[in-house]
Amino acid sequence: MEFMILIHSDESTPPPAPGEPGFEEFMGEWMSYNQSLIEGGHWVSAASLAPTITATTLRRSPGQAPEIVDGPFAETKEQFGGYYLISAESLDEAIELAGKLPIGSGSLEIRPVAFRPDAE
Amino acid sequence: MTSASDIADAVTRLAREESGRVLALLTRRFRNLDAADDAVQEALITALTAWKSGIPKNPAAWLYTVARNALIDQVRRAEASRRQLHAAAFELTAHHTNHNEEGEPDLIMDASSLGDERLRLLLLCCHPALDRDTQVALTLRLAGGLTAAEVAAAYLLPEATLTQRVVRAKRKIREAGMPLSIPANLNERVGALLRVLYLIFNEGYLSRGAEHVTRVDLITEAIRLTRQVVDELPSSAEAEGLLALQLYHHARSASRVDGVGELVLLERQYRSGWNLAEVTEANARLRSAMTHMAPGPYQVQAIIAGHHANARTAADTDWSAIAELYRQLAQMAPNPVVDLNRAVAIAMADGPLAGLAMLDRLTGLNDYHLFHATRGELLARAGRPAAASFERARQLTNNDAERRHLARRITETSAASSALPPETPGRTAPST
Repeated sequence: MEFMILIHSDESTPPPAPGEPGFEEFMGEWMSYNQSLIEGGHWVSAASLAPTITATTLRRSPGQAPEIVDGPFAETKEQFGGYYLISAESLDEAIELAGKLPIGSGSLEIRPVAFRPDAE
Repeated sequence: MTSASDIADAVTRLAREESGRVLALLTRRFRNLDAADDAVQEALITALTAWKSGIPKNPAAWLYTVARNALIDQVRRAEASRRQLHAAAFELTAHHTNHNEEGEPDLIMDASSLGDERLRLLLLCCHPALDRDTQVALTLRLAGGLTAAEVAAAYLLPEATLTQRVVRAKRKIREAGMPLSIPANLNERVGALLRVLYLIFNEGYLSRGAEHVTRVDLITEAIRLTRQVVDELPSSAEAEGLLALQLYHHARSASRVDGVGELVLLERQYRSGWNLAEVTEANARLRSAMTHMAPGPYQVQAIIAGHHANARTAADTDWSAIAELYRQLAQMAPNPVVDLNRAVAIAMADGPLAGLAMLDRLTGLNDYHLFHATRGELLARAGRPAAASFERARQLTNNDAERRHLARRITETSAASSALPPETPGRTAPST
C-alpha cells in the first residue's frame, strides 16, 4: 500500500539555512532518514514546501471565475509544510516509519493513497 | 427436534465463545474483515433454523464452515462478474489464487492449533488509530460476539448510532490498511487492550443496580475477554492482575445491591454472600501474576481488592496497608480518584479528620459525585454538618440507586449523625 504522510509543524521557528551553524547536522538527519526509506524499499516521493507566506489560494465555485486569495497565513499553530509518499505493508508499518521522521514537534497525518495516476 | 430456546441458547453461546476466533481466522484468510463479519453474522442467523433437526457436535466448526462457504461463493461471484467485464481472463485467473482454498489447512477446531487468532482480533479492535468509544464497540461486537443491539443497550445508545460506529470503523480498518497481525510494539498495544477491557468492566460495575435488567452483563463479558488475553499471553503480569481484580469485584457483586436494588456499602455487605470460589481463583491469579515480578496498576488494584475480599469482617480490613497501596498506585498512574480512595483508607485507619485533611488537599474533583459523597460521609463521621455535601453529590450522579442512597443519607444526617464511609473500589481508573 501507499501512504501519504502530511507534515504539519510550527513554521515560526525555521530550521537553519544553508551556511548557518547547525545546517549540516539538520540536513544530515533528513538525508539519512531518506536513505533508510530508499534502502527499505519504502521511498516513493517527498517534498518540503516554502513557508505559508508564499502561499496563494484559488477558491473555486461552480459557474464562477476562480477567486485568487493571498495566503492562507499562519493562523493555526501548525502549518502544512511538506509530505512523504511512502510504500508500506500496513498502517502499523506506516506509523512506525512516520515515527522516525526527524522532526522535533508537530503532527503527522497519515492517509492511505486511494489512487495515484502515475503509479506503476 | 430441538426446542427453539435450546437452539437460541446454543447460538448465543457460540456467538460469545467462538465467533471472535472464527471471525479472526476468516479475516486472515479472506483479507476482508467486513465481509467475514457479515458472513459470520448470517451463519449465526442461519443456525437458528438449520439446527432444528439437531445442534451440531462442534458448533464452532459448523460456524466456520458455513461462513467460509458463503465467503467462497461471494469471491466466485465477484470473480465471475469481473471476468465478464474484462476480456483479460488470464490475469484474473492468476489473481484468483489469492482467494483460493488451496494451500490453506482446513480449520481444526482444536485450541492448540488456533494460536493467537483471538489476540490478533482483540488487538485490532483496540488499535490506537481508532478512538476509545470505537475500540469498546468493536471489542464487544467483533471479539465478544455481542449483537449491535446488545452493545447499544449496554451503553444506552440508539442501535443506529452503534451500528454506524462499527460500520465506520470496519471501513477504516479495511481502507487505512490496519493489519490483523501481532504488532512489533506488543507491550504497548496490550496496554491499550487491557485499558479497554477495564473500561468495559467498570461500565458494567457502575451500571449494576440501575434499572436496566435487560442489559447484557458487561462484567461477565469483560471477564471472559480478559481470560482469553491471559490464555494467549500467560507472561503478561498485568493481564492476569486485571483478571484477578475483576474476579474480586465480581465475587461480591451479588451482595453489592440488595433485594430492592439499593446499594449496600462494603462494610454492611453480607460477607457470606460473596462468591468464595471466585475469591479463591482471584487469589491464585494474583499470586501467579506477581511471580512475574513486573508490578503494574492492575496488580496493585487487585491487591487492594484482595485485602477487602479476604478480610473476614469489615473490622479486619487492613486500612493502613490499603492506604499505602493507594499511594503506590498514585505514583504509577497519577489520578485524583486514586487520591480520593487513599483519603478514604486514611480515614478508616487514622480517623475521619485525617481523611478530611487529605481530601482538602485534592484538586480537580469538584464535579465528581463520589468526592462530595465521601466528604459527606467523613464530615458526618466527624460529627459535623454533612447534608450539603450529600446534596451536591446527589446533583452530580446519574445512577438511580446512588441517588436514592444519597437522598437517604441527607435525611439521616439532617436528623442524627451515624455515618459510614462510602464504598469506592471499582472507580479507581489506572490512568488517564
